[in-house]
Amino acid sequence: MARIEAEVGKPQGGLMKWIDDRFPFTETMKYHATEYYASKNFNVWYVFGVLAFVVLFIQLFTGIFLTMNYKPAATEAFASVEYIMRDVEWGWLIRYLHSTGASFFFIVVYLHMFRAMLYGSYKKPRELIWIIGMLIFLVLMAEAFAGYLLPWGQMSYWGAQVIISLFGAIPWVGDALVEIIRGDYSISDVTLNRFFALHVIALPLALIGLVFVHIVALHEVGSNNPDGIDIKKNKGADGVPLDGVAFHPYHTSKDLVAIIIFLMIFFSVVFFAPDMGGYFLEHANFEPANLTATPEHIAPVWYFTPFYAILRAVPDKLWGFILFGLSVMLPLFLPWLDRSRVKSIRYRGWIYKSALSIFVVTFFVLGWLGTMPAEPMYVLAARVFSVIYFAFFILMPYYTAIDKTKPVPERVVYHG
Amino acid sequence: MTEDDLDRNRRHFLTVATAVTGVAGAGVAAIPFISSLRPSARAQALGAPVEVSIGSMQPGEMLRVLWRGRLVFVLRRTEEMLTRLTENADMLRDPDSAEVDQQPAYAVNDTRSVRPEYLVVEGSCTHLGCAPLEDFDVRPAEGWGGGFFCPCHGSKFDLAGRVFKGVPAPTNLRVPPHRFVRDDLILIGQDSGAA
Repeated sequence: MARIEAEVGKPQGGLMKWIDDRFPFTETMKYHATEYYASKNFNVWYVFGVLAFVVLFIQLFTGIFLTMNYKPAATEAFASVEYIMRDVEWGWLIRYLHSTGASFFFIVVYLHMFRAMLYGSYKKPRELIWIIGMLIFLVLMAEAFAGYLLPWGQMSYWGAQVIISLFGAIPWVGDALVEIIRGDYSISDVTLNRFFALHVIALPLALIGLVFVHIVALHEVGSNNPDGIDIKKNKGADGVPLDGVAFHPYHTSKDLVAIIIFLMIFFSVVFFAPDMGGYFLEHANFEPANLTATPEHIAPVWYFTPFYAILRAVPDKLWGFILFGLSVMLPLFLPWLDRSRVKSIRYRGWIYKSALSIFVVTFFVLGWLGTMPAEPMYVLAARVFSVIYFAFFILMPYYTAIDKTKPVPERVVYHG
Repeated sequence: MTEDDLDRNRRHFLTVATAVTGVAGAGVAAIPFISSLRPSARAQALGAPVEVSIGSMQPGEMLRVLWRGRLVFVLRRTEEMLTRLTENADMLRDPDSAEVDQQPAYAVNDTRSVRPEYLVVEGSCTHLGCAPLEDFDVRPAEGWGGGFFCPCHGSKFDLAGRVFKGVPAPTNLRVPPHRFVRDDLILIGQDSGAA
């Protein structure tokens, strides 16, 4: 007993050692930051993971403050958002940060996903990172959807009506499922209340958990790079990859620049164009929910419109639901659809480069079509581009296998 | 106990038995949580039938009422509207109301109504639930004899709420249970089985 007291009472390396004896703090810092080596030739595409983290933080932080004044009841929700905007000190800023943050979350995540498609980051051994990432994307979509109902505006109500009705297309269980989602015979106070619970507790928890395992999985296999080569193959005498530099302080200081530029753009929108011409905050939503009249033109927020265009292109309820679901889920299978020998676009042939370019254009066109009214010309165009969208994935095993690739270098290279 | 003393069969049995019991327990424990998601007693009570007074309705006039938070159209059709119902059968997906879930048995007829004049249908598109707009103008050039048009995804219905072919909505507009309490009063949400 006396011996233990003497040991504990005598400082042997200060507070840090005291903590490290009880919690692997220094070890964790080394493993995930100061001795986590990532390629030294990262380009601008490699900042979006960190930026997604920044936006997640903004959303969690502003969200907590919004819940302090928001009321999740059908009779009070719309007014409480007005109250936040007009009467709560700086409430407008907190809400605009949150609403703008939602759109920027998707901008950043889409760019982050596109980076993976550029450099084959989803290919072996990073398949699981990609799958977890896709789950994050799905939860994020659910989170955004649940959040959009909360202001209880016209678009909140009718957008939710359309998306919840989608589940009614499932044979046999559809109607019962829809009733369980709504908790009522129509979208009501009950629905609003439970969407609030999902939006502020269940889905954020799932999001944080998934982000955590996304990073654990990434740090297990190591980050990809613009050349798509394994930097662990060339290590120096000290066991450090020759082409790698420590995440902290090297990548973190570069990321700091990206964060500052990002925040400049982000705040420009928050201050000068928070509704972004109706794309970030839809004008119909400045009117409280009216159960007796659908807005003349109904469209989801921009980040759902590519998938919505596909849904609308199908003249059948069940098939619309199936193809809509598939269009969201197909990227999940990229690690197995892509049969190319190389990862990075730098060493791929013209076929994949063309396919990816067409895909990007298609995604934008579908996104635009999803915001337009359901007129025959737009529906026809949406059908054509939906076919291209699916062809990109379904034909991928074929065209990536026959595409001519260039030899991949041993060490990372710098371009421009 | 040495390795040799191990009864592996017994251990395997216990592992499986524990797992099965655990899964069954989790399944039972899930019941109250899933049940709590269903419409509560209050939601059911609020979903009580509603009375609609139709005494002052003019031919061609339509009322919008809420029953269970759902929009219901009550349309008093003109003689001319009723005549047009017989002219478009080949353009409809389900002209004879064969889909049993979409209306009570007493509304399976040429006008999909209890009394031919009064159409009572849910104003909820059977595609994705938007409220269709009334478009009662006749435009023979377009083959349009008046009806409902859903602004969301372009589904079309005739003046009996019957869906046209080639639109995303799969079925006719739903006719809610309803009955005539008096000549000038409809009760929506309750029909006591027969009209």
